Amino acid sequence: MTGFTGYIQLVYVLVAALFVIGLHLMNSPATARRGNQVALTGMVIAGIATLVLMAHDGTVTATGWIVLIVGALLGSAAGLWAARTVQMTAIPQLVSAFNSLGGGAAALVAIYGYYDAESRGTVLGTTSVFTVLDVLIGAVTFSGSIIAAGKLQGLIAGQPVIVKGGRVLNVVLAVVALGSGAFMFGTASLPAMLVMVLAALGFGVMMVLPIGGADMPVVISLLNAFTGTAVAMAGFVIGNWALIVAGALVGASGSILTKLMADAMNRSLGNIIVGGFGTGDGAAALAAGGDAQIRPIAADDAAIQLAYAAKVIIVPGYGLAAAQAQHGVAELAKVLEDHGVEVSYAIHPVAGRMPGHMNVLLAEANVPYPQLKEMDEINPEFARTDVALVIGANDVTNPAARRPGNAISGMPILDVDQAKSIIVIKRSMGHGYAGIDNELYTNPKTSMYFADAKKAAADLTAAVKTLVG
Amino acid sequence: MSTALLTDLTIFILALLVGIEVIGKVPATLHTPLMSATNAIHGIVLVGALLIGVTAHNAVGYVLAFIASFFAGANVVGGYAVTGRMLKMFRRKAVPPAAGQPELGSLDGHRGLRGLAGRIGIGKGQS
Repeated sequence: MTGFTGYIQLVYVLVAALFVIGLHLMNSPATARRGNQVALTGMVIAGIATLVLMAHDGTVTATGWIVLIVGALLGSAAGLWAARTVQMTAIPQLVSAFNSLGGGAAALVAIYGYYDAESRGTVLGTTSVFTVLDVLIGAVTFSGSIIAAGKLQGLIAGQPVIVKGGRVLNVVLAVVALGSGAFMFGTASLPAMLVMVLAALGFGVMMVLPIGGADMPVVISLLNAFTGTAVAMAGFVIGNWALIVAGALVGASGSILTKLMADAMNRSLGNIIVGGFGTGDGAAALAAGGDAQIRPIAADDAAIQLAYAAKVIIVPGYGLAAAQAQHGVAELAKVLEDHGVEVSYAIHPVAGRMPGHMNVLLAEANVPYPQLKEMDEINPEFARTDVALVIGANDVTNPAARRPGNAISGMPILDVDQAKSIIVIKRSMGHGYAGIDNELYTNPKTSMYFADAKKAAADLTAAVKTLVG
Repeated sequence: MSTALLTDLTIFILALLVGIEVIGKVPATLHTPLMSATNAIHGIVLVGALLIGVTAHNAVGYVLAFIASFFAGANVVGGYAVTGRMLKMFRRKAVPPAAGQPELGSLDGHRGLRGLAGRIGIGKGQS
Protein backbone atom coordinates (compact mmCIF):
# COMPACT_ATOMS: atom_id res chain seq x y z
CA MET A 1 0.00 0.00 0.00
CA THR A 2 1.96 2.95 -1.26
CA GLY A 3 1.43 6.19 -3.09
CA PHE A 4 -2.07 7.19 -3.95
CA THR A 5 -4.07 4.38 -2.33
CA GLY A 6 -1.97 4.89 0.79
CA TYR A 7 -3.14 8.49 1.03
CA ILE A 8 -6.74 7.43 0.51
CA GLN A 9 -6.39 4.83 3.26
CA LEU A 10 -5.08 7.65 5.47
CA VAL A 11 -8.28 9.56 4.76
CA TYR A 12 -10.28 6.49 5.83
CA VAL A 13 -8.39 6.54 9.13
CA LEU A 14 -9.53 10.14 9.63
CA VAL A 15 -13.08 9.05 8.80
CA ALA A 16 -12.89 6.30 11.43
CA ALA A 17 -11.68 8.84 13.98
CA LEU A 18 -14.60 11.15 13.17
CA PHE A 19 -17.04 8.26 13.74
CA VAL A 20 -15.57 7.60 17.17
CA ILE A 21 -15.65 11.29 18.11
CA GLY A 22 -19.20 11.57 16.83
CA LEU A 23 -20.37 8.65 18.95
CA HIS A 24 -18.48 10.02 21.93
CA LEU A 25 -20.46 13.26 21.65
CA MET A 26 -23.67 11.22 21.88
CA ASN A 27 -23.02 10.83 25.62
CA SER A 28 -25.13 13.90 26.43
CA PRO A 29 -28.29 15.36 24.90
CA ALA A 30 -26.55 18.74 24.83
CA THR A 31 -23.80 17.58 22.44
CA ALA A 32 -25.57 14.75 20.63
CA ARG A 33 -26.57 16.81 17.61
CA ARG A 34 -22.99 17.89 17.12
CA GLY A 35 -22.00 14.24 17.37
CA ASN A 36 -24.33 13.33 14.56
CA GLN A 37 -22.91 16.15 12.46
CA VAL A 38 -19.33 15.04 13.12
CA ALA A 39 -20.17 11.50 12.06
CA LEU A 40 -21.94 12.85 8.97
CA THR A 41 -18.85 14.89 8.10
CA GLY A 42 -16.83 11.67 8.29
CA MET A 43 -19.28 10.00 5.95
CA VAL A 44 -19.11 12.81 3.39
CA ILE A 45 -15.30 12.70 3.46
CA ALA A 46 -15.38 8.91 2.99
CA GLY A 47 -17.69 9.30 0.01
CA ILE A 48 -15.50 11.92 -1.64
CA ALA A 49 -12.31 9.93 -1.02
CA THR A 50 -13.91 6.87 -2.58
CA LEU A 51 -15.04 8.77 -5.67
CA VAL A 52 -11.52 10.24 -6.03
CA LEU A 53 -10.03 6.76 -5.71
CA MET A 54 -12.37 5.41 -8.38
CA ALA A 55 -11.68 8.29 -10.76
CA HIS A 56 -7.93 7.88 -10.22
CA ASP A 57 -8.21 4.18 -10.86
CA GLY A 58 -9.87 4.93 -14.18
CA THR A 59 -11.39 1.50 -14.74
CA VAL A 60 -14.98 2.42 -13.97
CA THR A 61 -16.98 2.28 -17.19
CA ALA A 62 -19.42 5.02 -18.18
CA THR A 63 -22.26 2.58 -17.53
CA GLY A 64 -20.71 1.77 -14.20
CA TRP A 65 -20.69 5.43 -13.15
CA ILE A 66 -24.28 5.91 -14.25
CA VAL A 67 -25.47 2.78 -12.46
CA LEU A 68 -23.70 3.71 -9.23
CA ILE A 69 -24.70 7.35 -9.21
CA VAL A 70 -28.31 6.75 -10.17
CA GLY A 71 -28.53 3.92 -7.64
CA ALA A 72 -27.04 5.97 -4.82
CA LEU A 73 -29.14 9.04 -5.64
CA LEU A 74 -32.40 7.10 -5.87
CA GLY A 75 -31.54 5.34 -2.64
CA SER A 76 -30.69 8.64 -0.96
CA ALA A 77 -33.96 10.18 -2.09
CA ALA A 78 -35.90 7.20 -0.76
CA GLY A 79 -33.99 7.28 2.53
CA LEU A 80 -34.49 11.01 2.95
CA TRP A 81 -38.18 10.74 2.19
CA ALA A 82 -38.61 7.95 4.72
CA ALA A 83 -36.62 9.81 7.36
CA ARG A 84 -38.64 13.00 6.93
CA THR A 85 -42.10 11.50 6.84
CA VAL A 86 -41.79 8.76 9.46
CA GLN A 87 -43.86 9.11 12.61
CA MET A 88 -41.84 8.93 15.80
CA THR A 89 -43.90 5.94 16.91
CA ALA A 90 -42.67 4.18 13.76
CA ILE A 91 -38.95 4.80 14.35
CA PRO A 92 -38.32 1.15 15.31
CA GLN A 93 -39.61 -0.01 11.91
CA LEU A 94 -37.41 2.50 10.11
CA VAL A 95 -34.31 1.54 12.09
CA SER A 96 -35.09 -2.08 11.29
CA ALA A 97 -35.42 -1.25 7.61
CA PHE A 98 -32.06 0.53 7.62
CA ASN A 99 -30.52 -2.51 9.33
CA SER A 100 -31.92 -4.60 6.53
CA LEU A 101 -30.48 -2.33 3.83
CA GLY A 102 -27.06 -2.14 5.47
CA GLY A 103 -26.88 -5.91 5.95
CA GLY A 104 -28.06 -6.52 2.40
CA ALA A 105 -25.51 -4.12 0.92
CA ALA A 106 -22.72 -5.71 2.99
CA ALA A 107 -23.67 -9.18 1.75
CA LEU A 108 -23.81 -7.93 -1.85
CA VAL A 109 -20.26 -6.55 -1.61
CA ALA A 110 -18.91 -10.02 -0.83
CA ILE A 111 -21.24 -11.79 -3.26
CA TYR A 112 -20.09 -9.52 -6.06
CA GLY A 113 -16.42 -10.05 -5.21
CA TYR A 114 -17.01 -13.77 -5.49
CA TYR A 115 -18.92 -13.53 -8.73
CA ASP A 116 -16.37 -11.17 -10.24
CA ALA A 117 -13.43 -13.47 -9.54
CA GLU A 118 -15.27 -16.43 -11.02
CA SER A 119 -16.46 -14.57 -14.13
CA ARG A 120 -12.87 -13.60 -14.89
CA GLY A 121 -11.91 -17.23 -14.78
CA THR A 122 -9.66 -16.58 -11.80
CA VAL A 123 -8.96 -19.74 -9.91
CA LEU A 124 -10.73 -18.98 -6.70
CA GLY A 125 -9.02 -21.63 -4.63
CA THR A 126 -10.48 -21.44 -1.18
CA THR A 127 -12.94 -18.90 0.13
CA SER A 128 -11.94 -16.51 2.85
CA VAL A 129 -13.68 -16.87 6.17
CA PHE A 130 -14.60 -13.19 5.99
CA THR A 131 -16.49 -13.60 2.73
CA VAL A 132 -18.48 -16.46 4.21
CA LEU A 133 -19.21 -14.55 7.43
CA ASP A 134 -20.13 -11.37 5.57
CA VAL A 135 -22.62 -13.15 3.32
CA LEU A 136 -24.07 -15.31 6.12
CA ILE A 137 -24.58 -12.50 8.62
CA GLY A 138 -25.58 -9.95 5.99
CA ALA A 139 -28.23 -12.21 4.47
CA VAL A 140 -29.68 -13.23 7.85
CA THR A 141 -29.84 -9.55 8.84
CA PHE A 142 -31.45 -8.57 5.56
CA SER A 143 -34.38 -10.97 5.73
CA GLY A 144 -34.66 -10.97 9.53
CA SER A 145 -34.89 -7.18 9.67
CA ILE A 146 -37.56 -7.10 6.98
CA ILE A 147 -39.66 -9.48 9.08
CA ALA A 148 -38.99 -7.42 12.22
CA ALA A 149 -40.02 -4.21 10.44
CA GLY A 150 -43.13 -5.96 9.12
CA LYS A 151 -44.10 -7.07 12.61
CA LEU A 152 -43.55 -3.61 14.04
CA GLN A 153 -45.56 -2.02 11.24
CA GLY A 154 -48.35 -4.54 11.82
CA LEU A 155 -48.01 -6.04 8.34
CA ILE A 156 -47.11 -9.35 9.94
CA ALA A 157 -48.82 -10.57 13.09
CA GLY A 158 -47.07 -9.26 16.17
CA GLN A 159 -47.74 -12.49 18.02
CA PRO A 160 -45.16 -15.20 17.77
CA VAL A 161 -45.84 -16.97 14.48
CA ILE A 162 -45.25 -20.62 15.17
CA VAL A 163 -44.80 -22.58 11.97
CA LYS A 164 -45.33 -26.29 12.34
CA GLY A 165 -41.93 -27.91 12.31
CA GLY A 166 -40.40 -24.45 12.35
CA ARG A 167 -37.60 -25.43 14.70
CA VAL A 168 -36.64 -28.38 12.55
CA LEU A 169 -36.68 -26.17 9.46
CA ASN A 170 -34.53 -23.66 11.32
CA VAL A 171 -31.95 -26.27 12.12
CA VAL A 172 -31.98 -27.56 8.55
CA LEU A 173 -31.49 -24.05 7.15
CA ALA A 174 -28.67 -23.36 9.58
CA VAL A 175 -26.96 -26.65 8.73
CA VAL A 176 -27.29 -26.00 4.98
CA ALA A 177 -25.99 -22.43 5.29
CA LEU A 178 -23.06 -23.36 7.50
CA GLY A 179 -22.40 -26.51 5.50
CA SER A 180 -22.14 -24.69 2.19
CA GLY A 181 -19.97 -22.09 3.92
CA ALA A 182 -17.67 -24.81 5.21
CA PHE A 183 -17.64 -26.46 1.78
CA MET A 184 -16.40 -23.21 0.24
CA PHE A 185 -13.40 -23.13 2.54
CA GLY A 186 -12.24 -26.19 0.68
CA THR A 187 -13.43 -25.41 -2.82
CA ALA A 188 -14.64 -22.07 -4.07
CA SER A 189 -17.98 -22.55 -5.80
CA LEU A 190 -20.57 -20.07 -7.03
CA PRO A 191 -23.49 -22.54 -6.72
CA ALA A 192 -22.50 -23.24 -3.12
CA MET A 193 -22.50 -19.49 -2.53
CA LEU A 194 -26.04 -19.21 -3.93
CA VAL A 195 -27.24 -22.08 -1.75
CA MET A 196 -25.69 -20.39 1.27
CA VAL A 197 -27.38 -17.06 0.48
CA LEU A 198 -30.81 -18.66 0.10
CA ALA A 199 -30.46 -20.73 3.27
CA ALA A 200 -29.29 -17.69 5.24
CA LEU A 201 -32.21 -15.61 3.95
CA GLY A 202 -34.60 -18.36 4.98
CA PHE A 203 -32.96 -18.64 8.37
CA GLY A 204 -33.35 -14.90 8.97
CA VAL A 205 -37.10 -15.14 8.31
CA MET A 206 -37.53 -18.21 10.49
CA MET A 207 -35.46 -16.69 13.27
CA VAL A 208 -37.60 -13.55 13.70
CA LEU A 209 -41.09 -14.93 12.89
CA PRO A 210 -41.59 -16.74 16.22
CA ILE A 211 -40.52 -13.75 18.31
CA GLY A 212 -43.29 -11.74 19.99
CA GLY A 213 -43.84 -8.02 19.56
CA ALA A 214 -42.85 -7.17 23.12
CA ASP A 215 -39.41 -8.70 22.58
CA MET A 216 -38.72 -6.33 19.69
CA PRO A 217 -36.32 -4.07 21.65
CA VAL A 218 -33.98 -7.03 21.94
CA VAL A 219 -34.45 -8.19 18.37
CA ILE A 220 -33.78 -4.77 16.85
CA SER A 221 -30.65 -4.35 18.96
CA LEU A 222 -29.42 -7.78 17.98
CA LEU A 223 -30.02 -7.17 14.26
CA ASN A 224 -28.23 -3.83 14.64
CA ALA A 225 -25.22 -5.67 16.04
CA PHE A 226 -25.44 -8.17 13.15
CA THR A 227 -25.45 -5.39 10.57
CA GLY A 228 -22.38 -3.83 12.13
CA THR A 229 -20.59 -7.15 12.12
CA ALA A 230 -21.55 -7.79 8.49
CA VAL A 231 -20.20 -4.37 7.48
CA ALA A 232 -16.95 -5.03 9.37
CA MET A 233 -16.63 -8.35 7.53
CA ALA A 234 -17.20 -6.53 4.23
CA GLY A 235 -14.34 -4.27 5.33
CA PHE A 236 -12.10 -7.34 5.69
CA VAL A 237 -13.18 -8.59 2.27
CA ILE A 238 -12.27 -5.38 0.45
CA GLY A 239 -9.48 -4.39 2.85
CA ASN A 240 -11.01 -1.10 3.93
CA TRP A 241 -10.32 0.26 7.40
CA ALA A 242 -13.25 2.67 7.47
CA LEU A 243 -15.67 -0.24 7.04
CA ILE A 244 -13.85 -2.33 9.63
CA VAL A 245 -13.89 0.42 12.27
CA ALA A 246 -17.44 1.58 11.55
CA GLY A 247 -18.69 -2.01 11.56
CA ALA A 248 -16.93 -2.76 14.84
CA LEU A 249 -18.40 0.36 16.46
CA VAL A 250 -21.92 -0.56 15.38
CA GLY A 251 -21.36 -4.17 16.42
CA ALA A 252 -20.27 -3.03 19.87
CA SER A 253 -23.19 -0.64 20.19
CA GLY A 254 -25.75 -3.22 19.11
CA SER A 255 -24.31 -5.83 21.46
CA ILE A 256 -24.38 -3.47 24.45
CA LEU A 257 -27.99 -2.48 23.75
CA THR A 258 -28.97 -6.12 23.25
CA LYS A 259 -27.58 -6.99 26.66
CA LEU A 260 -29.22 -3.97 28.33
CA MET A 261 -32.60 -4.83 26.85
CA ALA A 262 -32.39 -8.53 27.70
CA ASP A 263 -31.36 -7.65 31.26
CA ALA A 264 -34.23 -5.16 31.57
CA MET A 265 -36.66 -7.95 30.67
CA ASN A 266 -34.82 -10.42 32.84
CA ARG A 267 -34.61 -12.88 29.98
CA SER A 268 -31.68 -14.51 28.31
CA LEU A 269 -31.06 -13.92 24.65
CA GLY A 270 -31.50 -17.62 23.95
CA ASN A 271 -34.86 -17.63 25.68
CA ILE A 272 -36.06 -14.73 23.52
CA ILE A 273 -34.82 -16.20 20.24
CA VAL A 274 -36.37 -19.58 20.97
CA GLY A 275 -39.68 -17.81 21.51
CA GLY A 276 -41.20 -16.86 24.78
CA PHE A 277 -44.35 -16.33 26.69
CA GLY A 278 -47.23 -14.51 25.02
CA THR A 279 -46.97 -11.13 23.39
CA GLY A 280 -48.78 -8.64 25.57
CA ASP A 281 -50.18 -6.74 22.60
CA GLY A 282 -53.52 -8.44 22.64
CA ALA A 283 -53.64 -9.80 26.16
CA ALA A 284 -57.08 -11.03 27.05
CA ALA A 285 -58.97 -9.06 29.67
CA LEU A 286 -59.50 -11.05 32.80
CA ALA A 287 -61.39 -10.26 35.94
CA ALA A 288 -59.18 -9.42 38.87
CA GLY A 289 -58.33 -12.73 40.40
CA GLY A 290 -59.73 -13.94 43.71
CA ASP A 291 -60.95 -11.60 46.37
CA ALA A 292 -58.47 -8.83 45.61
CA GLN A 293 -60.16 -5.45 45.71
CA ILE A 294 -59.61 -2.74 43.18
CA ARG A 295 -60.66 0.85 43.62
CA PRO A 296 -61.94 2.63 40.51
CA ILE A 297 -61.56 6.39 40.35
CA ALA A 298 -63.10 9.08 38.13
CA ALA A 299 -61.39 11.97 36.38
CA ASP A 300 -62.44 14.61 38.91
CA ASP A 301 -61.08 12.73 41.92
CA ALA A 302 -57.87 11.86 40.12
CA ALA A 303 -57.47 15.51 39.13
CA ILE A 304 -57.84 16.61 42.76
CA GLN A 305 -55.08 14.22 43.83
CA LEU A 306 -52.80 15.47 41.07
CA ALA A 307 -53.50 19.17 41.51
CA TYR A 308 -52.81 19.11 45.24
CA ALA A 309 -49.69 16.97 45.04
CA ALA A 310 -46.24 18.45 45.54
CA LYS A 311 -44.50 15.81 43.46
CA VAL A 312 -45.90 13.67 40.66
CA ILE A 313 -44.08 10.97 38.71
CA ILE A 314 -45.57 9.86 35.41
CA VAL A 315 -44.81 6.26 34.45
CA PRO A 316 -45.37 5.84 30.71
CA GLY A 317 -45.45 2.48 28.94
CA TYR A 318 -45.94 1.26 25.41
CA GLY A 319 -49.71 1.59 25.84
CA LEU A 320 -49.21 5.36 25.96
CA ALA A 321 -47.54 5.36 22.57
CA ALA A 322 -50.06 2.90 21.15
CA ALA A 323 -52.87 5.27 22.19
CA GLN A 324 -50.94 8.26 20.77
CA ALA A 325 -51.38 9.89 24.18
CA GLN A 326 -47.90 11.38 24.60
CA HIS A 327 -48.95 14.89 23.57
CA GLY A 328 -51.98 14.85 25.86
CA VAL A 329 -49.91 13.60 28.78
CA ALA A 330 -47.27 16.26 28.16
CA GLU A 331 -49.99 18.90 28.26
CA LEU A 332 -51.33 17.54 31.55
CA ALA A 333 -47.79 17.66 32.97
CA LYS A 334 -47.41 21.24 31.75
CA VAL A 335 -50.63 22.35 33.45
CA LEU A 336 -49.53 20.67 36.70
CA GLU A 337 -46.10 22.28 36.50
CA ASP A 338 -47.58 25.71 35.93
CA HIS A 339 -49.56 25.09 39.09
CA GLY A 340 -46.31 24.43 40.97
CA VAL A 341 -46.34 20.62 40.99
CA GLU A 342 -42.97 18.97 40.44
CA VAL A 343 -43.38 16.55 37.54
CA SER A 344 -40.95 13.99 36.18
CA TYR A 345 -41.15 10.88 34.03
CA ALA A 346 -39.91 7.44 35.07
CA ILE A 347 -38.70 5.60 31.98
CA HIS A 348 -38.14 1.86 32.15
CA PRO A 349 -35.51 0.63 29.65
CA VAL A 350 -38.08 -1.44 27.74
CA ALA A 351 -40.86 1.16 27.66
CA GLY A 352 -41.37 1.23 23.91
CA ARG A 353 -40.44 -0.91 20.97
CA MET A 354 -36.72 -0.18 20.87
CA PRO A 355 -34.10 1.00 23.37
CA GLY A 356 -34.90 4.55 24.52
CA HIS A 357 -37.99 4.80 22.32
CA MET A 358 -40.18 6.39 24.99
CA ASN A 359 -37.71 9.25 25.45
CA VAL A 360 -37.99 10.18 21.79
CA LEU A 361 -41.78 10.07 21.91
CA LEU A 362 -41.83 12.38 24.94
CA ALA A 363 -39.17 14.67 23.51
CA GLU A 364 -41.36 14.96 20.43
CA ALA A 365 -44.25 15.98 22.71
CA ASN A 366 -42.01 18.83 23.88
CA VAL A 367 -41.07 17.34 27.24
CA PRO A 368 -37.70 18.80 28.29
CA TYR A 369 -35.11 16.03 28.60
CA PRO A 370 -34.08 16.87 32.20
CA GLN A 371 -37.55 15.58 33.24
CA LEU A 372 -36.90 12.18 31.66
CA LYS A 373 -35.43 10.00 34.39
CA GLU A 374 -33.83 6.59 34.00
CA MET A 375 -34.95 3.75 36.26
CA ASP A 376 -31.97 3.79 38.64
CA GLU A 377 -32.18 7.54 38.96
CA ILE A 378 -35.92 7.76 39.69
CA ASN A 379 -36.49 4.70 41.89
CA PRO A 380 -35.27 6.34 45.14
CA GLU A 381 -37.64 9.26 44.45
CA PHE A 382 -40.88 7.27 44.54
CA ALA A 383 -40.91 7.17 48.35
CA ARG A 384 -41.26 10.95 48.52
CA THR A 385 -43.73 11.16 45.64
CA ASP A 386 -47.35 12.08 46.32
CA VAL A 387 -48.86 10.61 43.18
CA ALA A 388 -47.42 8.12 40.72
CA LEU A 389 -49.46 8.24 37.50
CA VAL A 390 -49.05 4.98 35.57
CA ILE A 391 -50.13 5.21 31.93
CA GLY A 392 -49.90 2.14 29.73
CA ALA A 393 -47.15 0.48 31.74
CA ASN A 394 -47.84 -2.89 33.31
CA ASP A 395 -45.27 -5.60 34.00
CA VAL A 396 -42.48 -3.09 34.70
CA THR A 397 -44.46 -1.83 37.71
CA ASN A 398 -45.43 -5.22 39.16
CA PRO A 399 -44.00 -5.72 42.67
CA ALA A 400 -44.27 -9.48 42.12
CA ALA A 401 -40.93 -9.18 40.32
CA ARG A 402 -39.25 -8.85 43.70
CA ARG A 403 -40.43 -12.33 44.73
CA PRO A 404 -39.12 -15.55 43.28
CA GLY A 405 -41.35 -18.06 41.59
CA ASN A 406 -43.24 -16.16 38.87
CA ALA A 407 -42.80 -15.16 35.24
CA ILE A 408 -41.17 -11.84 35.99
CA SER A 409 -39.14 -12.73 39.10
CA GLY A 410 -35.92 -10.78 39.15
CA MET A 411 -36.93 -8.35 36.44
CA PRO A 412 -35.82 -4.82 37.35
CA ILE A 413 -38.97 -2.76 37.97
CA LEU A 414 -39.94 0.80 38.76
CA ASP A 415 -40.71 1.12 42.49
CA VAL A 416 -44.12 2.65 41.84
CA ASP A 417 -45.65 0.96 44.89
CA GLN A 418 -43.43 3.12 47.14
CA ALA A 419 -45.34 6.27 46.19
CA LYS A 420 -47.84 7.70 48.66
CA SER A 421 -50.65 7.12 46.20
CA ILE A 422 -50.90 5.59 42.77
CA ILE A 423 -53.26 6.21 39.88
CA VAL A 424 -53.26 3.69 37.05
CA ILE A 425 -54.83 4.64 33.73
CA LYS A 426 -55.78 1.49 31.87
CA ARG A 427 -58.51 0.31 29.57
CA SER A 428 -59.22 -2.90 31.43
CA MET A 429 -57.74 -5.31 33.92
CA GLY A 430 -55.93 -7.04 31.04
CA HIS A 431 -52.57 -8.61 31.60
CA GLY A 432 -49.20 -7.40 30.45
CA TYR A 433 -47.19 -9.57 28.16
CA ALA A 434 -45.92 -11.72 31.00
CA GLY A 435 -49.54 -12.81 31.43
CA ILE A 436 -49.74 -12.46 35.22
CA ASP A 437 -51.80 -10.31 37.58
CA ASN A 438 -50.23 -7.00 38.50
CA GLU A 439 -50.20 -6.77 42.28
CA LEU A 440 -49.85 -3.02 42.04
CA TYR A 441 -53.51 -2.78 40.95
CA THR A 442 -54.79 -4.36 44.16
CA ASN A 443 -52.51 -2.30 46.40
CA PRO A 444 -54.67 -0.29 48.85
CA LYS A 445 -52.87 2.88 47.74
CA THR A 446 -53.81 2.34 44.10
CA SER A 447 -56.81 3.77 42.26
CA MET A 448 -57.72 2.43 38.83
CA TYR A 449 -58.87 4.91 36.22
CA PHE A 450 -60.39 2.85 33.42
CA ALA A 451 -60.15 4.77 30.15
CA ASP A 452 -58.25 5.11 26.91
CA ALA A 453 -54.96 6.87 27.68
CA LYS A 454 -55.50 9.69 25.22
CA LYS A 455 -59.00 10.48 26.40
CA ALA A 456 -57.96 10.14 30.03
CA ALA A 457 -55.13 12.63 29.56
CA ALA A 458 -57.50 15.15 27.96
CA ASP A 459 -60.17 14.68 30.67
CA LEU A 460 -57.62 14.98 33.46
CA THR A 461 -56.12 18.12 31.93
CA ALA A 462 -59.57 19.70 31.69
CA ALA A 463 -60.43 18.69 35.25
CA VAL A 464 -57.15 20.02 36.64
CA LYS A 465 -57.64 23.29 34.74
CA THR A 466 -61.09 23.70 36.30
CA LEU A 467 -59.61 23.12 39.74
CA VAL A 468 -56.68 25.48 39.50
CA GLY A 469 -58.00 27.94 36.94
CA MET B 1 -1.27 -15.07 8.09
CA SER B 2 -0.40 -11.98 6.08
CA THR B 3 0.60 -8.63 7.53
CA ALA B 4 -2.44 -6.99 5.95
CA LEU B 5 -4.76 -9.45 7.66
CA LEU B 6 -3.03 -8.97 10.99
CA THR B 7 -3.36 -5.20 10.66
CA ASP B 8 -7.04 -5.52 9.80
CA LEU B 9 -7.67 -7.80 12.76
CA THR B 10 -5.81 -5.45 15.12
CA ILE B 11 -7.89 -2.53 13.93
CA PHE B 12 -11.09 -4.54 14.28
CA ILE B 13 -10.39 -5.64 17.86
CA LEU B 14 -9.27 -2.18 18.98
CA ALA B 15 -12.30 -0.54 17.34
CA LEU B 16 -14.56 -3.03 19.11
CA LEU B 17 -13.02 -2.12 22.47
CA VAL B 18 -13.23 1.61 21.74
CA GLY B 19 -16.86 1.09 20.75
CA ILE B 20 -17.70 -0.68 24.01
CA GLU B 21 -15.97 2.07 25.98
CA VAL B 22 -17.61 4.97 24.11
CA ILE B 23 -21.11 3.50 23.77
CA GLY B 24 -21.19 2.46 27.43
CA LYS B 25 -21.27 6.13 28.38
CA VAL B 26 -24.35 7.01 26.34
CA PRO B 27 -27.36 7.61 28.65
CA ALA B 28 -30.52 5.53 28.18
CA THR B 29 -32.37 8.72 27.22
CA LEU B 30 -30.40 8.77 23.98
CA HIS B 31 -30.45 5.07 23.13
CA THR B 32 -32.84 5.44 20.21
CA PRO B 33 -30.89 8.29 18.57
CA LEU B 34 -27.73 6.30 19.31
CA MET B 35 -28.99 3.26 17.49
CA SER B 36 -30.17 5.46 14.66
CA ALA B 37 -26.76 7.16 14.48
CA THR B 38 -24.92 3.84 14.42
CA ASN B 39 -27.43 2.83 11.77
CA ALA B 40 -26.23 5.75 9.67
CA ILE B 41 -22.60 4.89 10.39
CA HIS B 42 -22.97 1.38 9.03
CA GLY B 43 -24.06 3.16 5.87
CA ILE B 44 -20.29 3.39 5.28
CA VAL B 45 -20.92 0.18 3.37
CA LEU B 46 -21.70 2.65 0.57
CA VAL B 47 -17.93 2.80 0.06
CA GLY B 48 -17.91 -0.93 -0.57
CA ALA B 49 -20.91 -0.65 -2.87
CA LEU B 50 -19.26 2.09 -4.93
CA LEU B 51 -16.03 0.11 -5.24
CA ILE B 52 -17.99 -2.68 -6.96
CA GLY B 53 -18.07 -0.29 -9.90
CA VAL B 54 -14.28 -0.48 -10.28
CA THR B 55 -14.51 -3.99 -11.72
CA ALA B 56 -18.14 -4.27 -12.83
CA HIS B 57 -18.22 -4.68 -16.61
CA ASN B 58 -21.27 -6.78 -17.36
CA ALA B 59 -24.98 -6.88 -16.66
CA VAL B 60 -24.77 -8.96 -13.48
CA GLY B 61 -22.09 -6.65 -12.09
CA TYR B 62 -24.12 -3.56 -12.92
CA VAL B 63 -27.28 -4.96 -11.34
CA LEU B 64 -25.46 -5.88 -8.15
CA ALA B 65 -23.73 -2.48 -8.10
CA PHE B 66 -27.07 -0.74 -8.56
CA ILE B 67 -28.84 -2.64 -5.78
CA ALA B 68 -25.93 -2.28 -3.37
CA SER B 69 -25.53 1.46 -3.97
CA PHE B 70 -29.29 1.97 -3.70
CA PHE B 71 -29.43 0.10 -0.38
CA ALA B 72 -26.39 1.84 1.04
CA GLY B 73 -27.48 5.28 -0.20
CA ALA B 74 -30.89 4.93 1.46
CA ASN B 75 -29.24 3.61 4.62
CA VAL B 76 -26.73 6.40 4.99
CA VAL B 77 -28.84 9.42 4.03
CA GLY B 78 -31.98 8.22 5.77
CA GLY B 79 -30.02 7.26 8.87
CA TYR B 80 -28.43 10.66 9.31
CA ALA B 81 -31.60 12.54 8.46
CA VAL B 82 -33.79 10.72 10.95
CA THR B 83 -31.15 10.94 13.69
CA GLY B 84 -30.87 14.68 13.15
CA ARG B 85 -34.63 15.01 13.25
CA MET B 86 -34.87 13.10 16.51
CA LEU B 87 -32.04 14.92 18.24
CA LYS B 88 -33.56 18.26 17.35
CA MET B 89 -36.51 17.34 19.57
CA PHE B 90 -34.38 16.92 22.69
CA ARG B 91 -34.55 20.26 24.45
CA ARG B 92 -33.43 21.32 27.88
CA LYS B 93 -36.48 23.58 28.25
CA ALA B 94 -39.87 23.30 26.63
CA VAL B 95 -40.26 25.81 23.83
CA PRO B 96 -43.34 28.03 23.88
CA PRO B 97 -46.04 26.60 21.62
CA ALA B 98 -45.88 29.57 19.23
CA ALA B 99 -42.32 28.77 18.22
CA GLY B 100 -42.79 25.07 18.62
CA GLN B 101 -42.97 22.91 15.56
CA PRO B 102 -43.84 19.39 16.48
CA GLU B 103 -43.32 16.91 13.69
CA LEU B 104 -43.30 18.06 10.12
CA GLY B 105 -43.74 21.75 10.87
CA SER B 106 -39.97 22.07 10.92
CA LEU B 107 -39.88 21.31 7.23
CA ASP B 108 -41.69 24.49 6.30
CA GLY B 109 -40.03 27.77 5.67
CA HIS B 110 -36.59 26.36 5.03
CA ARG B 111 -36.00 26.42 1.37
CA GLY B 112 -32.91 25.72 -0.61
CA LEU B 113 -29.64 24.12 0.32
CA ARG B 114 -29.41 25.62 3.76
CA GLY B 115 -32.82 24.29 4.64
CA LEU B 116 -31.85 20.89 3.30
CA ALA B 117 -28.63 20.99 5.30
CA GLY B 118 -30.60 21.86 8.41
CA ARG B 119 -33.08 19.10 7.78
CA ILE B 120 -30.59 16.35 7.38
CA GLY B 121 -28.67 17.62 10.34
CA ILE B 122 -25.61 19.31 8.88
CA GLY B 123 -24.66 22.96 9.20
CA LYS B 124 -26.45 25.09 11.72
CA GLY B 125 -29.99 24.42 10.64
CA GLN B 126 -32.40 25.86 13.11
CA SER B 127 -32.64 25.00 16.73
